[in-house]
Amino acid sequence: MSPVAFCGLELAHPVLNGSGTFDAIAARRVFGDALLAAFPFSAFVSKTITLAPRDGNPPPRLWEAAAGMLNSIGLPNKGLQRYLAEDLPQLAQLPVPLVTNVMGANAAELCALVEACDARGEIAALELNVSCPNVATGLDLGADPASLAPVLREVRPLTRKPLIVKLTPNTADVARVAQAAEAEGADAVSLINTLRGMAAHPDGSGRPWLGGGRGGLSGPALRPVALAQVAAVAERVAIPIVGMGGIQTAAHARQFLAAGATLVAVGTESFRDPTVAGRLGLALADLAAQSGTAAP
Amino acid sequence: MSADRTLAPFGRRRAVVVSERRVGAYSILELADRDGPAPQPGQFYMLAAGAGWGAGEDERPFLPRAFSAMGGAGGTLWFMLETVGPGTRRLATLRKGEAVWALGPLGRPFARPEDGRRALLCGGGIGLPPLVFLSGALRDAGLDAVLQLGFRDAAHAQVAAGFAGAQLATDDGSVGHHGLVTDLLAAELDADPHAVVYACGPPGMLEAVRRLCVARDVPGRLALEAGMACGYGACFGCVVPLAGGGYARVCVDGPVMEAAALAEIPAA
Ligand SMILES: Cc1cc2nc3c(=O)[nH]c(=O)nc-3n(C[C@H](O)[C@H](O)[C@H](O)COP(=O)(O)OP(=O)(O)OC[C@H]3O[C@@H](n4cnc5c(N)ncnc54)[C@H](O)[C@@H]3O)c2cc1C
Ligand SMILES: Cc1cc2nc3c(=O)[nH]c(=O)nc-3n(C[C@H](O)[C@H](O)[C@H](O)COP(=O)(O)O)c2cc1C
Ligand code: FES
Repeated sequence: MSPVAFCGLELAHPVLNGSGTFDAIAARRVFGDALLAAFPFSAFVSKTITLAPRDGNPPPRLWEAAAGMLNSIGLPNKGLQRYLAEDLPQLAQLPVPLVTNVMGANAAELCALVEACDARGEIAALELNVSCPNVATGLDLGADPASLAPVLREVRPLTRKPLIVKLTPNTADVARVAQAAEAEGADAVSLINTLRGMAAHPDGSGRPWLGGGRGGLSGPALRPVALAQVAAVAERVAIPIVGMGGIQTAAHARQFLAAGATLVAVGTESFRDPTVAGRLGLALADLAAQSGTAAP
Repeated sequence: MSADRTLAPFGRRRAVVVSERRVGAYSILELADRDGPAPQPGQFYMLAAGAGWGAGEDERPFLPRAFSAMGGAGGTLWFMLETVGPGTRRLATLRKGEAVWALGPLGRPFARPEDGRRALLCGGGIGLPPLVFLSGALRDAGLDAVLQLGFRDAAHAQVAAGFAGAQLATDDGSVGHHGLVTDLLAAELDADPHAVVYACGPPGMLEAVRRLCVARDVPGRLALEAGMACGYGACFGCVVPLAGGGYARVCVDGPVMEAAALAEIPAA
């Protein structure tokens, strides 16, 4: 198997997890060290970390949709300090590089998050979540190039680690946002995050089912939208793209790679089949070796 | 094997239906799971039909569904299902020889009774599978257990005929005590409070048991339910509120939780 080059990292294959769709620490409690022996992803992306701890949204947090699901998880996490102190030592035991995904309510928060992560050798790369549609307080930075650019201008100089900007699909022109990210020094973009959606309560009252009101749609229902957005971004930027949204099979992943993605990520399908990403990785690594897209 | 649970093999595997039968309002499914470890009482599995999963009303089911083991030994697993929607409907129509995707055993099992306390097992409706499993395990360990089961009506109570010595209650009074199974629990606690309570059932019943245990300072172990997408801690979807604030994931921190650790259990 030949490695795939991505922002200076050498990855065993092109399949990551989508942020917030795999908790390696919890999975180790459930599956034991068998998880490490057959770790499905070529790099591990953390759930979104914020400066202060967050409990997340009240339940219910899930709704099953046609060919997918809605979630209103609300970014529960321990907060930066406990993530660094408690989780990083455990995540450092994974057999793959670690990408830490962070979100800030403003430039100052993001700067604090990025600076603290930059100081930690366990972290190979950073992903900025500028796109989560679930949280009322989170700025929807990624919807507007004019608000994203000045924030990136402040954050970029604070780290030499690869900086991935995770784009939101809930915007009029995702490619323009990607261009702004590239212009401000992002090393890569990842997309798509969940599409904003809502589930009506089955009691017919018209109130929303999800505790958080609105939710984010993920899974195969999302895939055609994701593919179109990845293709649109690939036409306008030169930096590498991590493509995701409803990927279930190696054939789906190849469509994203053909549309211009360098890597792909699997989210919702891992809920149905926790080892699917590893099988896709094997199939795609062979493809990369044959077509010569692998790193030298 | 870690101390607090039996680990699941990493990956879902194909189990095969050995038998399926209808008992009153419920279905009993027996699966051959040759490569899987034996579960402990309280642990559960995420199940999905090997074929025809995703073709129901609204194109559901899409995600696997959680089911408590009602028993498991020697490569065989038993489940009891109540049909409430497209997922349970599909699983209840499986026939001998058909394939099921199984991930598990998952979650934390029931802890054993401490310091000579008498085990009171209190189940409401489809909450009975983990308690029946536990009562067998306690009996095998030479420990006494009182099994109390509550049902809506006689059709639902029919399944209890298989469990000799169980105390029964029905909402309509057609079998056993006319009223709630928690009435039976309160009576046992009145008679002898040196007990530990094990309970599983609908949220309203579990909330009543939680209050009873907290009010009487009796240890209570509640097997909870919550809507789940993954069953192994990946999605953060399955939370219950904790007494001290915040939430716990039912699939990895439960499904069995100490009554004292929980805040009011939300209605379904
Ligand atoms: C740990 C655990 C153990 C369990 N053990 C058992 C067991 O031993 N036996 C058993 O029969 N059941 C058990 N359950 C419950 C079982 O998992 C559910 O009944 C099952 O998931 C229902 O699936 P369904 O498709 O049939 O019904 P669904 O249509 O999913 O309906 C079930 C409920 O979910 C809600 N709902 C309706 N539509 C949706 C939607 N689109 N998305 C999300 N929610 C919706 C409603 O409140 C509805 O009443 C257990 C659950 C857990 C968490
Ligand atoms: C339950 C759930 C939680 C998620 N949490 C996060 C998160 O914390 N941060 C983030 O950037 N994206 C999060 N996402 C988005 C995913 O990383 C991914 O972008 C999206 O789900 C599309 O991929 P999929 O269809 O393969 O799931 C979450 C998605 C789901 C379903
Ligand atoms: S069901 Fe996904 S975290 Fe519990």
